[in-house]
Amino acid sequence: MLTLIGKRLLFAIPSLIGVVIVTFLLTRALPGDPAAYFAGPAATKEAVDQIRKKLGFDKPLIEQFVRYTSDLAHGDLGTSLTTGQPVAAELRNRLPASAELTLLGLVVSIVIAIPLGVLAATRPGSWIDHLCRVTTTAGVSLPVFFTGLVLVYVFYFRLGWAPAPLGRLDVFYSAPPTVTGFYLIDTLIARDFEAFRSAFSQLILPAVTLAIFSLAPIARMTRASMLAVLASDFVRTARASGLSPGKVIVTYAFRNAMLPVITTLSMVFSFLLGANVLVEKVFAWPGIGSYAVEALIASDFAPVQGFVLTMAVMYVLLNLLIDILYGVIDPRVRLEG
Amino acid sequence: MKRRDFLKSVSGLAAGALAPTAPAIWSPAKADARSETLLIVSEGGPNNLDIHGVGTNVPGYEVSWNCYDRLISHEMKSGPGGVPYYDRDKFKPELAEDMKIDDMSVTFKLRKNAKFHDGTPVTAKDVKWSLDRAVSVGGFPTFQMSAGSLTKPEQFVVVDDHTVRVDFLTKDKLTIPDLAVIVPCVVNSELVKKNASEKDPWGLEFTKQQTAGSGAYKVTKWTAGTEVVMERNDDWVSGPLPKIKRVIWRMVPQAGNRRALLERGDADISYELPFKDFQEMKANGKLNVVSLPFSNGIQYIGMNVTKPPFDNPKVRQAMAYAMPYQKIMDAVLFGLANPMFGAAKDKPTEVAWPQPTKYFTDMEKAKALLTEAGYANGFETTISFDLNFAGVNEPLCVLVQESLAQLGIKTTINKVPGANWRTELTKKEMPLFTNVFSGWLDYPEYFFYWCYHGNNSIFNTMSYKSGEMDKLIDGARIAAANGDTAAYDADVKGFVDLAYADIPRIPLYQPFVNVAMQKNISGYEYWFHRRLDYRAMAKG
Repeated sequence: MLTLIGKRLLFAIPSLIGVVIVTFLLTRALPGDPAAYFAGPAATKEAVDQIRKKLGFDKPLIEQFVRYTSDLAHGDLGTSLTTGQPVAAELRNRLPASAELTLLGLVVSIVIAIPLGVLAATRPGSWIDHLCRVTTTAGVSLPVFFTGLVLVYVFYFRLGWAPAPLGRLDVFYSAPPTVTGFYLIDTLIARDFEAFRSAFSQLILPAVTLAIFSLAPIARMTRASMLAVLASDFVRTARASGLSPGKVIVTYAFRNAMLPVITTLSMVFSFLLGANVLVEKVFAWPGIGSYAVEALIASDFAPVQGFVLTMAVMYVLLNLLIDILYGVIDPRVRLEG
Repeated sequence: MKRRDFLKSVSGLAAGALAPTAPAIWSPAKADARSETLLIVSEGGPNNLDIHGVGTNVPGYEVSWNCYDRLISHEMKSGPGGVPYYDRDKFKPELAEDMKIDDMSVTFKLRKNAKFHDGTPVTAKDVKWSLDRAVSVGGFPTFQMSAGSLTKPEQFVVVDDHTVRVDFLTKDKLTIPDLAVIVPCVVNSELVKKNASEKDPWGLEFTKQQTAGSGAYKVTKWTAGTEVVMERNDDWVSGPLPKIKRVIWRMVPQAGNRRALLERGDADISYELPFKDFQEMKANGKLNVVSLPFSNGIQYIGMNVTKPPFDNPKVRQAMAYAMPYQKIMDAVLFGLANPMFGAAKDKPTEVAWPQPTKYFTDMEKAKALLTEAGYANGFETTISFDLNFAGVNEPLCVLVQESLAQLGIKTTINKVPGANWRTELTKKEMPLFTNVFSGWLDYPEYFFYWCYHGNNSIFNTMSYKSGEMDKLIDGARIAAANGDTAAYDADVKGFVDLAYADIPRIPLYQPFVNVAMQKNISGYEYWFHRRLDYRAMAKG
């Protein structure tokens, strides 16, 4: 098992190198001159040149690349010009915010989507099947920022049930000491239950927004896969042997229907992590998506490169995890390098 | 000087709705904290806490203004609508308790009891080090200092522990005002030097992350892109102790949410909202909305005078008659701006800036002028704007495009990403564009020096060159330095008249800075930098 994981990781190295080169070149190819941008509106030509020199953008591309990769080898992702902070530190601070939100959103989504999909598959054509169809269609056709804004409008602005969309914690609570970076866990470790409640209530709306969006692929995939499995021979055999419908569905059918669902889950997760930029914007969430987009707007190279690299690493790890999960769920799937 | 604050127009859903008046629920301890805390929400936050840093953005100026002291500052006067407005001509001591202006120098006596946040006393050598730093670090701070003829460290002389003298290189009326802008702030030199390195002799890396000043507030927590927390410096002596104990400044990217937060009473103050929102909030009267004109600022349509067809003054005049002025005022700005067009025909030119032109929308006249210039069938051109301010610029350009189409002028709209805008401006190749210029120092000759002078600074976006214009501008600067009012007035009137006759750029309006706050917030002051001064504010 360990050697297989090692092998898989080794295979990821060429793609990571590719990512490094491509993002470096792409960010350099962006229009806009960061030196002119950061020299400010009033800068003279000399001032712009001065700044360019300070930032090292006057050097030939290849030299910049060598410097970038050697910094990278030392774990230094450079410094963001827009926020003025080291990129590695910022990603480290912001990744948990995005991950906490995405994971919770995904959990909410799974809790609703899988039972819905299973029920819809066992009773095709019934009201629950229609409900499944309507929710998934609605979920996939509403843009996330729209759902987010509607939720804020209704639950915060009109009803006043939800807290102000001001990020991860209410303004007057201070963040718990960082252990995992996940506020829900850290507040519990610090035994600060008031802060836990605040963090949790801040999470509800954005997580629900993400859940509504990701409901569709999971529920549809569960339903389709369950339908296929329920029509197969071994289910017929199980039924014919007089097993209870619950046992047939949960133990036999569901487990076999899981594989495509897991694949979808991994896709949905990685997609959400990168694509929740809009949710982060709406809820003033200090995550990595909004960070990367802001950097992109300002032609700020380092954070964009850092972001793409982080995402690439996460994809590699996620895929590995999914492959391992396959083996656990279905013994017929063997990890092979 | 700088561009106006972000006003990205992302219309939120919150628009047009009345909030139920349910106050937020706070536990008693929190309620206490809340009454002494000012919660500000805005789109962007600082990227650097030190204005001397490389590429410090406009929100960073606000931190510097409140956390550092300058030698002198401005008095307040009553502005439009009774809102306190900084008085360009009256100075008050800040760190200095006395200022004596001589013929070729100015001497400041420092307050003896002033201390930096870490408790070390503020001395003359800190002042010298800070001013040396401002003229030496390069980039924006050095540039701003040079606008007041402050360019060499030798100009700043330590007389004794509590006396500093600034020597003038030339007589310049802008030297004293330039010492009251944000840049010449006084930094704790010993503390910063301890944290400086060979590569970074001015300790810019250190002050980027923390404030090292003697100002009324100090930054206690800063999470870039998320929030800035500032606490009051209870030992502040450069003015009356501020009433607000704590300032929490949160970045909320969504304009609709910022409005919702204000209307729900959760946030105390916000700017950077779409004009439509400001206008609606003004109308429903639940919040206090302050709209004040930018001092020395104009949004204009610029034309590149080096290339046809805009090298022909007739074409430029035709353009000035073809602008849909009133439509822009109504549909883009919702009335929140001062018109800079349509002055009465017989109105004499004033010694003031900005002032309206005598142009107004008259398509017949435009057509006639265009025919005279030999473009009876129009021409093709491109109008460019900065996407960072798309909320205003985009509808504005569409209206201009529509209007020009009536003259047979086919206009393509070119949206330039914010990061690229300055590069494009420096190239000076855009034939037609819209932009804002606003000067920190509120003097006509200052504006004209940057925007119309033949030395062709980046703000002379039209590449306009005229010997007569240069003579008038230089004349006004010299007259101002020598206190020759008659010559000054004649020169100012002269260059305004020339600028409007030659019309290389068409003034459209003087923009407003809009700030919305809760009714219980008082003490808002308008400053030339258009950011908030927490020191005068109070809550409740």
